[in-house]
Amino acid sequence: MDLILVNLIDGLVTGLLLFMLSAGLTLIFSMMGVLNFAHASFYMLGAYFAFQISLYLGFWMGLLIAPLVVGVLGAGVERYGLRRVHQYGHVPELIFTFGLALLIEELVQFIWGKNQMPYATPEILQFTAFSIAGNSIPAYKIFMIFISVAIFIGLLYVLTRTRVGMIIQAALTYPKTVEALGHNVPLIFMGVFGVGTALAGVAGVIAGPVLGTFPGMAFVLGSIVFVTIVIGGLGSLWGALVASLLIGWITTFSKAYNLRMEDLLTWLGFTKPQPIWDSAWRDLWSITSPQIADILPYILMVLILIFRPYGLFGKRDA
Amino acid sequence: MRTTTMLGLTTALTLAASAFAAGADTVKIAFIDPLSGPFAGTGTNGLHQYEFAAEELVNKKGGVLDGDMFEIVAFDNKISPKESLIQLQVAIDQGIRYIAQGNSSGVANALTEAINKHNRRNPDDRVLFLNYSAVDPALTNDKCNFWHFRFDANADIKMDALTDSIVSNDEIEKVYIIGQDYSFGKAVAAAAVRYLGEKAPEIEIVGNELHPIGKVKDFTPYSRKIVASEADAVITGNWGADMVGLGKSVLENGFTGPIYTYYAAADGITAAFGDAGVGSLRLVAEGQLNPPPNDRASEYIKAFKAKYPDGNLSQARITNVIEMLAKAINEAGTADDVVPVAYALAGMEHESLWGGNLMMRESDHQLIQNVHIMEHTNDVVFDHDNSGFGVKVVKTVEMAAADSPTTCEMRRP
Repeated sequence: MDLILVNLIDGLVTGLLLFMLSAGLTLIFSMMGVLNFAHASFYMLGAYFAFQISLYLGFWMGLLIAPLVVGVLGAGVERYGLRRVHQYGHVPELIFTFGLALLIEELVQFIWGKNQMPYATPEILQFTAFSIAGNSIPAYKIFMIFISVAIFIGLLYVLTRTRVGMIIQAALTYPKTVEALGHNVPLIFMGVFGVGTALAGVAGVIAGPVLGTFPGMAFVLGSIVFVTIVIGGLGSLWGALVASLLIGWITTFSKAYNLRMEDLLTWLGFTKPQPIWDSAWRDLWSITSPQIADILPYILMVLILIFRPYGLFGKRDA
Repeated sequence: MRTTTMLGLTTALTLAASAFAAGADTVKIAFIDPLSGPFAGTGTNGLHQYEFAAEELVNKKGGVLDGDMFEIVAFDNKISPKESLIQLQVAIDQGIRYIAQGNSSGVANALTEAINKHNRRNPDDRVLFLNYSAVDPALTNDKCNFWHFRFDANADIKMDALTDSIVSNDEIEKVYIIGQDYSFGKAVAAAAVRYLGEKAPEIEIVGNELHPIGKVKDFTPYSRKIVASEADAVITGNWGADMVGLGKSVLENGFTGPIYTYYAAADGITAAFGDAGVGSLRLVAEGQLNPPPNDRASEYIKAFKAKYPDGNLSQARITNVIEMLAKAINEAGTADDVVPVAYALAGMEHESLWGGNLMMRESDHQLIQNVHIMEHTNDVVFDHDNSGFGVKVVKTVEMAAADSPTTCEMRRP
């Protein structure tokens, strides 16, 4: 029972981190119709920038400055890269972002090398916030939860309650009309791209110390972000949140408990073939949930695509 | 315009040809390991150690035979067995006779099989496999062949030393085994269960599990299970980013006992652990850096650090590979025909740069050497990652497992 609570918290942390990445991506996708393959690379840049800044000015300045730098970089990429490629259609855009992801990874390796960086949590947060039945919850995790929740609330407020948010939402669906009303739609696009990448940067800054700051960090997280926005529904902030949390909890729980396929199949009324090592079904019978935890989100995505192609909270038919 | 192009092309071709002719006096060693992706750090550092060892231990001393120089040619296999086979073919096509690989036993298993097949089919351009790190015991047992030489102590030998250390610690009653889900991780787990069962059946194994290699983002759920199992010690064969991820997460989430590892040092791992790893991280490995075994080793480390200030001498065995290969080529009198070189390597005895003797066992081509238990500490002369922390030998098993059995039945040409 205690462990369930601990896992709920762990899953929440994972989910919220995923949310910060997918929130930006889903906005960018719904606006430009382009899958930004380089999104996770901005997450990595956030971590590396913050690490570099933290060497001189400490963790907190890193948290403040790094996302800004990443956001400006992202806006620059949109203004001088994507916008030019845009006229040639979606495929060149895809290829552009894909190339950008590779370029960023190489650049990071060129500047910082291939080893993991000793990027650590700030000392003020290096204590155990509380423990549940011997499982300690580090204060840093609580800090991560607060940052992510604050960002979600802030984002939701801006998008739904302010004038800027209304224009953005309008530009999402009717860019031509918004432009005719005198708004600078390309500027809005650039702004959204910048904010989206800055969000990825924040995620990088706070995830870097716990998940490791190394050149493969973008690759490890890259595909799961796309899965999240597809499950949540493209362009939906709530969808991104729910899907992120869902994925966070699914993976955490299936890793934390050794559910065995053997038990499930027996419960379903199948009998175990004997001898098992000689059976064609050996691999199926010996699967445990931690082994397949990381592919469960992908299975979920396939199911969503079959039964609800526009995602959990998506408004239009994809 | 056209003639200029032609002229330029001809010149380029001539240049290339002459460069090739000038390079004919080199002994090329293909280094096939990950140079990109999650394990790029480990691979690149290994490459530097090879290049440095070849330069320092062979080329500066006049090379092998009558002045042939060693050259390391790097191939990126992205840690994929499939990619490795392609790179192997490229290396063979370039006329390279010596293949060095170490990261991942999955790759090594694929390579040893492919090389065995290649050598059987192409007796004129056979190649040798210098395995410097892949420690799956099968490589020198069921899957052994004449062309494969292993310079690291295999997982069983290391586990033997490691479990000795666990058994001698009275405070350890429950052990948790966790590793990467591939041949090596499974071999570590199997060896741990077997040796603990033989040596101390009273020690309870409270967990034994595998996680996907290089794909786990967050190890927290695993650490929760480890803490919840009330284990006194953890055994893991994890390496690279998986080692840092697991180790840090386990320590952060409240585990205080020792973590017995195979590869928790250097390549950013030592720096990433820093103070948190002191008193917890234990390592079983060959190659002693601290306390420095002899002056020659100290000089070598200093020279390496001068050339690669950010590098680490994390795989001491690489110098053994280079020195023993040079010795074997000299004994055989040829570098082109690998059969006499292989015969010279098999059974070779050699004094390691890192102290202690080495013996390449003839029966299975497993190098027999001293195996150490080390501790992560700041009480070191030579640190890793310039972090002030490093590993120090606390216990040594001389010529570990010299008479261990092997199921290897190799066919010799």
